[in-house]
Amino acid sequence: MSAITQTAPAAVPLHRRVSPLEGLRHTFTLTWRILVQIKHNPMELMDFSVQPIMFVLLFTYVFGGQMAGSPQAYVQYMLAGIMVQNALFATLNTGMGLNTDITKGVFDRLRSLPIAQAAPLASRILSDSAKQAWSIILILGIGMLIGFEPISALGVLEAFALVLVFTMAFAWVAVLIGMIVDEPEKVMIFGFTTVFPLSFTSTAFVKIETLPGWLQAWAKVNPVSNLADATRGMLVGGPIASPTIKSLLWAAAIMAVAAPLAVRTLRRRV
Amino acid sequence: MTYAIQAEGLVKRFGETEALAGVDFEAREGTVLGVLGPNGAGKTTAVRILATLLRPDEGTARVGGFDVVRDAHRVRQSIGLTGQYASVDEMLTGTENLVMIGRLLGRPRREAKRRAAELLERFELWDARDRATKTYSGGMRRRLDLAASLVGDPKILYLDEPSTGLDPRSRGGLWDIVRDLTDDGVTVLLTTQYLEEADQLADDLVVIDHGKVIADGTPNELKTQVGGQVLEVRPVTAADNVTVARVVDELVGVPPQVEEGLVSVAVKDPAVLPAIVRRLDDAGVIVGELSLRKSSLDEVFLSLTGHRAEEPTDDNDELIKEESPV
Repeated sequence: MSAITQTAPAAVPLHRRVSPLEGLRHTFTLTWRILVQIKHNPMELMDFSVQPIMFVLLFTYVFGGQMAGSPQAYVQYMLAGIMVQNALFATLNTGMGLNTDITKGVFDRLRSLPIAQAAPLASRILSDSAKQAWSIILILGIGMLIGFEPISALGVLEAFALVLVFTMAFAWVAVLIGMIVDEPEKVMIFGFTTVFPLSFTSTAFVKIETLPGWLQAWAKVNPVSNLADATRGMLVGGPIASPTIKSLLWAAAIMAVAAPLAVRTLRRRV
Repeated sequence: MTYAIQAEGLVKRFGETEALAGVDFEAREGTVLGVLGPNGAGKTTAVRILATLLRPDEGTARVGGFDVVRDAHRVRQSIGLTGQYASVDEMLTGTENLVMIGRLLGRPRREAKRRAAELLERFELWDARDRATKTYSGGMRRRLDLAASLVGDPKILYLDEPSTGLDPRSRGGLWDIVRDLTDDGVTVLLTTQYLEEADQLADDLVVIDHGKVIADGTPNELKTQVGGQVLEVRPVTAADNVTVARVVDELVGVPPQVEEGLVSVAVKDPAVLPAIVRRLDDAGVIVGELSLRKSSLDEVFLSLTGHRAEEPTDDNDELIKEESPV
């Protein structure tokens, strides 16, 4: 039965811990694992491609006339909102993927290997950020095809970066949910009951003056409003500094609460 | 004596339940240690601690000479893990799974691919190498799991109920692989509910029930120590069962079991045998079969735990189905 062991390398001295560089390499290998799944399940690509395209088109052409007088006028306003909403929804994939890994046992196999123990989680967040970037580019691209005009290339880059940073923080909430629930579908339920109302009670799609007074009060403090306003400011002009600072503070606060909780839950669960 | 695995006083609680209530055992280097016990006895918890996936609440464990808590990374470099909960990625192909593990273990890409091919061939998965593993049968999944745990040539291998849900042929194949591995000096920790499996493979056994070790020793020692011997008598005429049972009862002092024409009873003193033969002869009973044998592990288990080892096949088939993707 030499077939199994004849190629065993000469005894290598065992390492006490993982070097940061190795940890990075583990993270990249595991990111490859997640991205290569798209090859086997092209439907997944549709998931984060078709939905953004559909939303941009539907909101622009169906609501445009009613909301802003014309589709062209509305797409200028709401594209930032679609970007934000789509990005928040996409973070749920991180939670679903993680939950699948844990319930199917992939997570245990990975953790029994001599790799950086943070790599399985980090690779989830990294690969989902790549998918995020792809969706954002699609939204901007489709938007520009149908008449969206950003004020500057720099503004687009800033908006891109801000949304990405915010979602990387928000992803920790999805990670936490992914750790707590017992099946992946429940992460989606969480998504629909929080992300959906959050984004629709914000300034993502409507101007704040059009809301009833009590809802205005909420929309003002809603973090999604801050993020949408800041993104919009960067893309098409308007106040930037204040909503950006508020968005970043929110991102920091969300992460400060969710990340330690998630890590603690992970430690306890596995 | 060098021990590859040493567990001392392991305690693990989950809320109110005590999964392990102070467990000690050790596995000698290059041997198979069988951990026997019914469902929920704590076998899997013990393996998870030894695989650095769980921290014990009390007690210590050393694997390959390293402490599983303080030196977890070194332990992980010595072990391979196969269990129902440590699974391959079912969205990836067989090749991709094995190459990924090779890469994670720091092998160059070409070397990782070569190793993957070698294992796929060894485990008769070559033809399925480019299929997503969610399309694999239960037996193929098990073989790939085992292959995945061998990518890094571990010195110590954990097999947590490896043959559950396998058909007898695949089970035999698995046993051959385990024997080959120990020939090469690998230490194997095998948990199982199949007594036959433990009997076939294990050099030493520990029996766990309710989080405690209730017996240990070689399979032979356990058979002798616990059950003594079993006397079996089968009369040529089935109707003579009653007479045989009465005679055995009188001489051994224990009412025997009568099943399908076979009268059997555990005996402590083999000297009773000639007396039984004489009495049956006097009574005119013609004996077709008469034997005195060591108790089987099944009987050992029964007398130790008060219940038979469960036959897990059906349940676990269910489990495998549930694991498959929607």
